[in-house]
Amino acid sequence: MKLTGSEIFVEALKREGVEVIFGIPGGVVLGLYDTLYRQDDIEVILTRHEQGATHAAEGYARATGKPGVVLVTSGPGATNTVTGLANANMDSVPIVVFTGQVSTGLIGNDAFQEADIVGISRPCTKYNYLVKDVNDLAQTIKEAFYIATSGRPGPVLIDIPKDVSQNKADYKPIDKVYIRSYNPTIQGNQWQIKRAAEAILRSKKPIIYAGGGVVSSNASSELKALAEAFHIPVCMTLLGLGGFPGTHPLSVGMLGMHGTYWANMAIHNSDLIIAIGSRFDDRVTGRVADFAPQAKIIHLDVDPTSIRKNIHVDIPIVGDAGHVLADLNKVLHAKGEGDWGKIREPWLKQVEEWKKKHPLTYRHDAKIIKPQYVIEKIYEITGGDAIVVTDVGQHQMWTAQYYKIDKPRRFLSSGGLGTMGYGLPAALGAQIAYPDDLVIEIAGDGSIQMNIQELATAVIYKLPVKVFIINNRYLGMVRQWQQLFYEGRYSASVLGQKPDFVKLAEAYGAAGLRAKEPNEVEGTIKEALKIKGPVVVDFVVNPTENVYPMVPAGGAINEMIFDDPVKAKEATSKKGKTEDSIQTA
Amino acid sequence: MKEEGNEHIISVLVENKSGVLSRVAGLFSGRGFNIESLCVGPTLDESVSMITIVTRGDERILEQITKHLNKLIDVVKVTDLSEREYLVRETALIKVNTRSEDRAEALRIADIFRARVVDSTFNTYTIEITGDPEKIEAIINLLRPLGIKELARTGRIAIAREELKAPSAGNGSRKAVMDMEG
Ligand SMILES: Cc1ncc(C[n+]2csc(CCOP(=O)(O)OP(=O)(O)O)c2C)c(N)n1
Ligand SMILES: [Mg+2]
Repeated sequence: MKLTGSEIFVEALKREGVEVIFGIPGGVVLGLYDTLYRQDDIEVILTRHEQGATHAAEGYARATGKPGVVLVTSGPGATNTVTGLANANMDSVPIVVFTGQVSTGLIGNDAFQEADIVGISRPCTKYNYLVKDVNDLAQTIKEAFYIATSGRPGPVLIDIPKDVSQNKADYKPIDKVYIRSYNPTIQGNQWQIKRAAEAILRSKKPIIYAGGGVVSSNASSELKALAEAFHIPVCMTLLGLGGFPGTHPLSVGMLGMHGTYWANMAIHNSDLIIAIGSRFDDRVTGRVADFAPQAKIIHLDVDPTSIRKNIHVDIPIVGDAGHVLADLNKVLHAKGEGDWGKIREPWLKQVEEWKKKHPLTYRHDAKIIKPQYVIEKIYEITGGDAIVVTDVGQHQMWTAQYYKIDKPRRFLSSGGLGTMGYGLPAALGAQIAYPDDLVIEIAGDGSIQMNIQELATAVIYKLPVKVFIINNRYLGMVRQWQQLFYEGRYSASVLGQKPDFVKLAEAYGAAGLRAKEPNEVEGTIKEALKIKGPVVVDFVVNPTENVYPMVPAGGAINEMIFDDPVKAKEATSKKGKTEDSIQTA
Repeated sequence: MKEEGNEHIISVLVENKSGVLSRVAGLFSGRGFNIESLCVGPTLDESVSMITIVTRGDERILEQITKHLNKLIDVVKVTDLSEREYLVRETALIKVNTRSEDRAEALRIADIFRARVVDSTFNTYTIEITGDPEKIEAIINLLRPLGIKELARTGRIAIAREELKAPSAGNGSRKAVMDMEG
């Protein structure tokens, strides 16, 4: 059967089980969009920016585990996806991005809206293709989905020239894919697994350090089985949150720069770190030379390059976290008789003492809304049962600290790249995947403005996301560093009280609410949750609140600070006049 | 700039597709690994090419380099030749200025190194030399005082040595590979 490239594209996507595509059309992809118009299996979501489309696909993928799909035009459409590709590459999110390209005969001629997107995206994709012949299209799409979703997942880009989508070819559905040079290791090495088991049985002070790999390999239940059977405390990275229940007695919360004191102390003093699907990022290890000096390290990861990249590892295991943990649990159960609750008591007690010494805390205020209080209340009122999406900055860290996530794929945040503007579009992607679930975006007043245009997408497609803006009138995280390390010179971090988010929400056709005082917080959250459609809530919070505890840059993770060493001052303009827009209402 | 650590020669067998070389080169530049020389050529199998990379680094960096190369989807096989016995060769074309009083000296040097004169004009010789990197460096150093006008080098290629086994009844046709030129 002869089909056009556009028809092959749609058929191949259907075979991959694609239900939704995010994107924006343009010259060279009109044919592809036309074919999508003439079918009903795949829904097309028109976003307002290609970056929004890409993050929406990421949100969809992170929430479901299925690949997110994007279709954009050539040139600027393609380059606008780069931030999303880089984000997905860092955080191992499976997305497939289709970009239109000028016709094959024009490539290289600086044709209208031509960009070498394959060249541009090479370092920020897992793989990418330029399809030069329509006869290769079906095979390429099959390979792309396989690569995106297997091994360490990641973004794959397919560049389709206009003539390739117009030309015809015999279409044969492709079911199997084999790439001789790409064979991710799934099963772990049995000998290393045995060594790991022995180390675990011998350890007096073990800790599990779980990362995003636990979530993406669906290894949560195996992880829980391991922790519970041997009473091992579990700390998580930002992307690992939800990989182990946040409310579990063995959970010590997030580790790293803004992690809990007791998680960092447990890591620092442990004699065995069991790293699973995590990569010893510098935000986690602090000063590497002083990281966990007494600990042996077991490192389990599907990506061999993550192992021994930053830190010496004693027992490396390459493989899929779910498979390896299942094997490890088997070996351990065969060997590990003993009253582990009792054996572990001194260690868990020690961890508990660290927790008592420096719990997560902040100073309440009767007049000014504290951002941590807002997150606590959101957690309380939603019973911890929302899909929580964040932007990047202080509000992100407070969310990670105060909103305990119990299930995997229910916390979406930009970790490795730290992309402001990720939150709203990612929340839309999650809401499309789960129309009946409560999706909350915790946004910063800075971050939200980087993709605020997607409010239109939310309203048009009736996606009832709740956007809770922690409005501190600053690029807060930047301001915090300037206060602590640059003697309070707030260079270019003052946002001021613009725009009026309530009016802006209303202009987009969403509901807008505002809370200015602590006693309004609870009521406003409840009101927002009652509204059927998308809602924006402007929480006017203390502008100079800082995220604590904190490992200052370059410090070791046991050297945390808990309070302001220098008192924050309100922003002054260079002329020395107090900027009135910063004052709390 | 010379990096810390030992020199390593890595053979990378890659799919013969467009863009592969830039993936490999981009990996080195993007991750700050160093490339001292890089050669690409066809192999017996048309579907793959061989990239020979000379790099430098300590054990940890080399481990990362080989892992990252293996992770590239188009890479079929990575061999760090420095882990075994190998032969390495490079070819250079050296165009030397020769005043009449130097011409005999240039020929003598070429002769000592078993190099060949492949082109000759009234005031230049072009000398072709093949050998290991030390040999190339040595002849260049000797010719330099005469005045080198132009120099083209291929970069290094390498191949693992076969083990030297005495011919046995069942393996009679097998020849030992010897490095005849030293
Ligand atoms: C796209 C992008 N640009 C710049 C930064 C650097 N940056 C990190 S946090 C931050 C401030 C974020 O401000 P806001 O969204 O208001 O969050 P807050 O820290 O105030 O809670 C900035 C500018 C970034 N992470 N991403
Ligand atoms: Mg802010």
